Amino acid sequence: MVGKKDEWEAGYARSPLRDVPFETISGVPLDAVYGPDDGEFPGQWPYTRGPYPSMYRSRLWTMRQFAGFGTARDTNRRFKELLAAGGNGLSTAFDMPTLLGRDSDDPLAKGEVGRAGVAVDTLADMETLFEGIPLGSVSTSMTINSAAPVIMAMYIGVADKTGVGRTELSGTIQNDILKEYQAQKEYVFPPRPSVRLVSDLVRFATAELPRWHPVSISGYHIREAGSTATQELAFTLANGFAYVEAVLGHGLPVDAFAPRLSFFFNAHIDFFEEIAKYRAARRIWARWMRDRYGARDPRSMQLRFHTQTAGVSLTAQQPEVNLARVAIEALAGVLGGTQSLHTDAYDEALALPTDRAARLALRTQQVIAEETGVPHVADPLGGSWFVESLTDELEARAEEIFSHLDDVGAGSMLDGVIACIEDGWFGREIADAAYEFQSKLAAGRWTMVGVNGYTDGDNQVPNTLYIDPKVEAEQLRALAALKRDRDDEAVRRALERLRVEAADPTVNLMPALIEAAAGHVTVGEAMAALEDVFGTWLERSFV
Amino acid sequence: MGDERPVRVLLAKVGLDGHDRGLRVVARILRDAGFEVVFAGLRQTPEMVAVAAIEEDVDVVGVSMHNGAHLTIAPAVIAALAAVGRPVPLVVGGIVPEVDLPAMRELGVAAVLGPGASNEDVAAAVAAAAAGDADGPEVAG
Repeated sequence: MVGKKDEWEAGYARSPLRDVPFETISGVPLDAVYGPDDGEFPGQWPYTRGPYPSMYRSRLWTMRQFAGFGTARDTNRRFKELLAAGGNGLSTAFDMPTLLGRDSDDPLAKGEVGRAGVAVDTLADMETLFEGIPLGSVSTSMTINSAAPVIMAMYIGVADKTGVGRTELSGTIQNDILKEYQAQKEYVFPPRPSVRLVSDLVRFATAELPRWHPVSISGYHIREAGSTATQELAFTLANGFAYVEAVLGHGLPVDAFAPRLSFFFNAHIDFFEEIAKYRAARRIWARWMRDRYGARDPRSMQLRFHTQTAGVSLTAQQPEVNLARVAIEALAGVLGGTQSLHTDAYDEALALPTDRAARLALRTQQVIAEETGVPHVADPLGGSWFVESLTDELEARAEEIFSHLDDVGAGSMLDGVIACIEDGWFGREIADAAYEFQSKLAAGRWTMVGVNGYTDGDNQVPNTLYIDPKVEAEQLRALAALKRDRDDEAVRRALERLRVEAADPTVNLMPALIEAAAGHVTVGEAMAALEDVFGTWLERSFV
Repeated sequence: MGDERPVRVLLAKVGLDGHDRGLRVVARILRDAGFEVVFAGLRQTPEMVAVAAIEEDVDVVGVSMHNGAHLTIAPAVIAALAAVGRPVPLVVGGIVPEVDLPAMRELGVAAVLGPGASNEDVAAAVAAAAAGDADGPEVAG
């Protein structure tokens, strides 16, 4: 029988390596991984130590900085700057109306157009957003959930029009609606039809977009809303299990789609707890996918994730101190084996980042990548008594939460998660944790530098990004012009098709959405047609 | 009894922004500090806030904003409260850049509670607004 180390060595030997010396700054040569010969190695079941045998020796994590503001043209300019500065992936922030599937001319959008992200109403905006960016070679992430299938249809529309094959498109769309009900609250339809839309996009990508990640199952927002690390870990993976069950329900074999599922976690300030969280996540996912869902393809069991440093850990007071927080959090993400990383800018507790602050955030990642030597060795903290024990502890605590959800769902994680959304359980759990943390701060049992300790010093507010109110007017003019010039009959037909197909849960809605996008149906019109059929969700109020 | 009743506060998110962590924490801080909290929650319009302010007989309205739309939403809420004849003070929480504070003062916002406001800051700002002795918005904390 081949030993674990032999097996790992064979995998490592097959991996392409970056052309850098794998040694310390003083010239001490380094192994690719350390540990006993009969222990677990990276790229090996249950993947605690990482999904790949060579980890960052083959490829550094993707430095993916989230950006979006103003009009599509403004954001397109920022994208090009980030690529020129050495970033190698794009990440799109949409404004609040777009996230909720409302057009810029919707009465509820007033004041929010282009404020917290870029405004996209139609295919024309999407074409401007990605103008001059080679979609076949730059990987793109789009952070949107309720309106994800509509925006994805527009992205495909841009590729179709610019001659980029659908099979070449690489990137991720967040498309994780369950955590919206639990934490971020950007939902439109009730949970069941929303999960159907997620499944439709997963199924479509499985058939037509082999390099695309059609869902990024996200704990980030759960944590930002106030959860603990354990809750972030457990709720996120439970949502992942729910999506797996939903897609299995359409008759797809698990190994056909599970390799394309990806995750997104927070990197908060408690350094070792975060590293343990990522390690536990990989191990739990591997075990559940194999044992509960019958996966046989190792790629279905390998959890891959994006990380973003914790917005909530940043302070408006003495904002430059945030540079230190972000560096520590980013290092936790890398030591935890993240596949891509966004580092927050130091001014984000005050406003959207300025160019300068966004560049410093990217430079922080480059310091970790190029100067610290950390990427040379996979899972460098594996084998630490402390980290291994904390990994086990978080795993055990997460399993308790899974048991609760499984009981509520009578053996279905999908039903358990939806039932706990409907009765507000997730929201209460998260709000309790948020209040407990606030109480610790208030009682001085937790110190945040510059907030409730070490408060003297320079509190000068840096220059922050200013969004010109003219953005809204400009966007409204463009939208009005487009509506005047498009083929109204084609729009009417596309919307009618959407309504008819939405009413039949066995139909995949993506082709109808792609037709609608090509015909310049707006985001708001497509979403309203779906809402006619699916209805609207309002959460039960609780404090 | 009339003068003795606790201060009643209506808490709402106006517009599309779903970031409700701050509002929920503030709700509990105020409740623990002896206020009566009416939690309207997400996706409220200025008109809905004004109607609720009458129906719930509140003394102060608190609106939380993290979407950069404070200069649109704050005046709309103040106008809606005035339009229904119940111009109670408005306290704004969330992210409001310092450069916008003079404008918020001009609009008649009673107080702005920024990130890092302590529990005491929150309770004091709402109590002062209710007592009518707020002297315009400052980022507390």
